[in-house]
Amino acid sequence: MSDWMSGGQQISGLSKVEGPIVVVEGTGVVAYDEVVEIIDQNGRIRPGRVLEVGENLAVVEVFSGTAGLSIDGTRIRFLGRSFQIPVAQEMLGRIFNGIGEPIDGGPQPLADRHADINGQPINPTARVYPRDYIQTGISAIDLMNTLVMGQKLPIFSGSGLPQDQLAAQIVRQARIGKAVGEKGRSDDQFAIVFAAMGVKNDVAAFFRKSLTESGALTRVAMFLNLADDPAVERLVTPRVALTLAEYLAFDCGQHVLVVMMDMTNYCEALRQISNIRGEVPSRKGYPGYMYSDLASLYERTGRIKTSTGSITQLPILTMPNDDITHPVPDLTGYITEGQIVLSRSLTQQDVYPPIAVLPSLSRLMKDGIGRGKTRDDHSRVSMQLYAAYARVQDIRSLASVIGEEELSTVDQRYLAFGRAFETEFIQQDAGENRDLETTLSLAWQLLSLLPRTELTRVTEADINRYYQEKR
Amino acid sequence: MNPVVGRVIWINGPVLRARGSRLVTMGEMVELGEQHLVGEVIGLAGDVMTIQVYEETAGMKPGEPVFGTGSPLSVELGPGLLGGIFDGIQRPLPVMEMQKGSFIGRGIRLTPLYHATRWQFTPLAQIGRTVSGGTVLGTVPETQQLVHVVMIPPGVTGKLVWLADYGEYGITDPVARVQTDEGEVTIPMLQRWPVRRPRPVRSRLEKIEPLLTGQRVLDTFFPLVKGGAAAIPGGFGAGKTITQHQIAKWSDAQVVIYIGCGERGNEMTQVLQEFPELVDPRSQRPLMERTVLVANTSNMPVAAREASVYTGVTIAEYYRDMGYHVALMADSTSRWAEAMREISGSLEEMPAEEGYPAYLSSRLAGFYERAGLVENLNGTTGSVSLIGAVSPQGGDFSEPVTQQTKRYVRCFWALDKSLASARHFPSVNWLNSYSEYIDNISNWWQIETGMDWRALRAKAMEILNEESHLDQIVKLVGPDALPDEQRVTLETSRLLREGFLQQNALDDIDTYATPRKQLKMLSLILHFHERAMGVVRRGAVISSIQALAVVNTLIRMKAVISNDQLDKLDEIGIQLDQQMDELEALYR
Ligand SMILES: Nc1ncnc2c1ncn2[C@@H]1O[C@H](COP(=O)(O)OP(=O)(O)OP(=O)(O)O)[C@@H](O)[C@H]1O
Ligand SMILES: [Mg+2]
Repeated sequence: MSDWMSGGQQISGLSKVEGPIVVVEGTGVVAYDEVVEIIDQNGRIRPGRVLEVGENLAVVEVFSGTAGLSIDGTRIRFLGRSFQIPVAQEMLGRIFNGIGEPIDGGPQPLADRHADINGQPINPTARVYPRDYIQTGISAIDLMNTLVMGQKLPIFSGSGLPQDQLAAQIVRQARIGKAVGEKGRSDDQFAIVFAAMGVKNDVAAFFRKSLTESGALTRVAMFLNLADDPAVERLVTPRVALTLAEYLAFDCGQHVLVVMMDMTNYCEALRQISNIRGEVPSRKGYPGYMYSDLASLYERTGRIKTSTGSITQLPILTMPNDDITHPVPDLTGYITEGQIVLSRSLTQQDVYPPIAVLPSLSRLMKDGIGRGKTRDDHSRVSMQLYAAYARVQDIRSLASVIGEEELSTVDQRYLAFGRAFETEFIQQDAGENRDLETTLSLAWQLLSLLPRTELTRVTEADINRYYQEKR
Repeated sequence: MNPVVGRVIWINGPVLRARGSRLVTMGEMVELGEQHLVGEVIGLAGDVMTIQVYEETAGMKPGEPVFGTGSPLSVELGPGLLGGIFDGIQRPLPVMEMQKGSFIGRGIRLTPLYHATRWQFTPLAQIGRTVSGGTVLGTVPETQQLVHVVMIPPGVTGKLVWLADYGEYGITDPVARVQTDEGEVTIPMLQRWPVRRPRPVRSRLEKIEPLLTGQRVLDTFFPLVKGGAAAIPGGFGAGKTITQHQIAKWSDAQVVIYIGCGERGNEMTQVLQEFPELVDPRSQRPLMERTVLVANTSNMPVAAREASVYTGVTIAEYYRDMGYHVALMADSTSRWAEAMREISGSLEEMPAEEGYPAYLSSRLAGFYERAGLVENLNGTTGSVSLIGAVSPQGGDFSEPVTQQTKRYVRCFWALDKSLASARHFPSVNWLNSYSEYIDNISNWWQIETGMDWRALRAKAMEILNEESHLDQIVKLVGPDALPDEQRVTLETSRLLREGFLQQNALDDIDTYATPRKQLKMLSLILHFHERAMGVVRRGAVISSIQALAVVNTLIRMKAVISNDQLDKLDEIGIQLDQQMDELEALYR
């Protein structure tokens, strides 16, 4: 796809400038999606991309914005190719801006090859279904929402919730999982590709610091489009990051963890461009193609037959007004393989990580756990915890009406279970790395707070083996 | 080489415009540019044609040529479909992988079916007879479990003048010649059919047989029929895909078409890896042998996603024409509707609700109308059942796709977010779901099981409905304030929910239940209800009933007793009576 055409055509003067978009007339032959260079009157170059072409007309989006461009003093050079970046192993350990240029003072990395940032869809027949779990050391994830290598599992957060700490903890602690009782600890470490879109400077600094402290910085490539960087550039940042991730995973055979934050900012930029172009919106002004656009990012995850590597995605987004039905979390949830939802009320109760387990889900968990992979009872214990904790919610609302004393003894035991579940199971320190066996025995201790007749999601054999009634 | 019929003048994502409209027809398939990307003419205005492109258009330029093909977007029909996986315009994905590697490139032109394979043909028609569309010419063993019927394509009528002998043939080799009014026509096994046109039938029949899914909440409470149409709406993670996979695995259809329409790549991979290993409980053969997959995932070109639904349903009709019962799952029809919206948006058409084009409703109707139990042109009976997942934005069923779909289906399986988050699966809400096919199939159940399905179902529904009323009271005053008889109702409905409605797709035994197992389980739970009511009326307290060992047995029986050990359910019935008798004896 790199050599569609001759390129090199140059046009002087714009016919229209609107927001980050310019329209150029009098073009010769321009290709859809071609990259351009916009040269302002001072000779400064800004990159851009063709969004629409007619005979003699091109609509171009300018990544760094159009401020300072004049109608007559601007030249556009059409480069005759798609947007490509150089990719190389040595990009790990480096920091780049949102369109892939180094900003850490180091030299331009020596390209192993150039790759189109749009990538290409993976043929479903070429995929390998992900089945190996990643141990994150976080109980609420490992036991109840197990992350699997090759999965896309977003964190749904709200403003002011500790999504940064949680993501950093996952990145620090992630290891390829082992079955309970299996000897030896895996030292396999993940290469980390970090894409920031419209993120505050101190958040980026926090990640850098946290990764430095854990000695991980040499296996991290950071692509930073910060809050004060141009919004349109955000549309490119995750694509640039994923292009490097694909190279590392599928060309070099590495296990790559991609953290992308904040997807809500990305979607804002998408909406902005769409509105300026006067497109018909769907919900809340977001364009009708947002699902497909997000899918073109999230689906760049997984494993393929021809490589030992994998891409696991951990996108992070903030739910505007904590509303999970807002188009950004909603469309994300429809594409990703589950979600980890953070809860404001747990944060207010000082529970960290504030994972709201009931709306959280890992869809790939079912094939990554169980006998030989983790432990035979894993899936049933998880189901039982879900069912019991869901019941706790009902009993809490009943208790708020009739008072706790009026509850039946069974219901009171559920309440005790609920409290312990939040303060002992979900709660753990930002530095605490629990192995799966510890997490499983913790789960059984909690289930032992309930009468055995209530445990209908586990088998009788599980109960005989692990249950130790406590009253 | 196809002729140049126009030149591109405008490109915007998946659609483009070209000059030269007088040389093409509406719906014609065209090829674009030097790479020969595939597209379809979707509008003609004056000199200009509008084309939707089934491949990524990046790099396309004004001035590039448009080549006409003279025919509408069509699929290839013939032996070799089963076990296959195709993209939205029926390109074979495994062959693409072999030729292009792990990623889907552009401008790949491949025949959908592998033409070099030779198939064992057994002639069945009589030379000299008058034949017409649908007439059976012979058979081919396509897989070990399915005989492929080779037919005269619709539209051909005349005298059969030659028929191939028993032997091996490729699908493009002639197997018959027909003398028609327009001259002699050579018929190969391979047929081509335009996807947007339903294949003709002789007549539509009244639907009287359930499409069994092995899923209790569906078969017993909200049954679908062979030839019927159902929708599964639900927010993300509610269980649409798992439900569709379950139906694809365990339904008693003879052929299954599974369309992954704008959904996840990994889900298709899972089917591809799982189905060859799973065994159809009826034929004891691998499930893949009766399955055709159409996979146009969310990141594949959006116009091909739009086409994928038609590709799938045309293949379904083709097997129906042979006299088979075919079930088609489309996951998700909302992504299909969104593909229409994207294309319509790129064309700057006037939108109706939420940006969807005004023709959304008629397209949905046109799709669901292709379901049916029919008498085929050749006199056989076959059916196409359609099951569409719906993914409402924000999980809100009042949005346009759910509302419009509701007009055209008679079976509505409403998935419920709160059930799903409590891990009650399948999360089919028993109060909001419905099936309008109850009358059609009451007889079938009576004959097949000898039990009064309709009465049992009605009784269970009554108990569940009462529970939802009682729940309102419990929320205010707690269960202790209710009289014990009502608490029996709560206990029975707990058994119904946990012991019957909940069904774990991942459990080897529970994943699939025969009609007999379903009804026996249901009647046991209802028998519990009757006995418990009796005992309580005599003065026993509810806690003494809750303490009976049989309660736990009733909740666990679904995953303990397999479909071939149903006499064990009778033993549970005996235990139930014994325990109730003992309790009752205390209150004589
Ligand atoms: N019958 C079932 N038995 C056990 N688990 C189930 C069942 N149905 C659903 N689940 C659980 O729910 C999860 C989500 O189900 P599924 O992927 O079918 O949702 P969906 O409605 O298709 O979501 P989306 O719209 O995002 O595709 C599954 O990964 C599985 O964990
Ligand atoms: Mg799904």
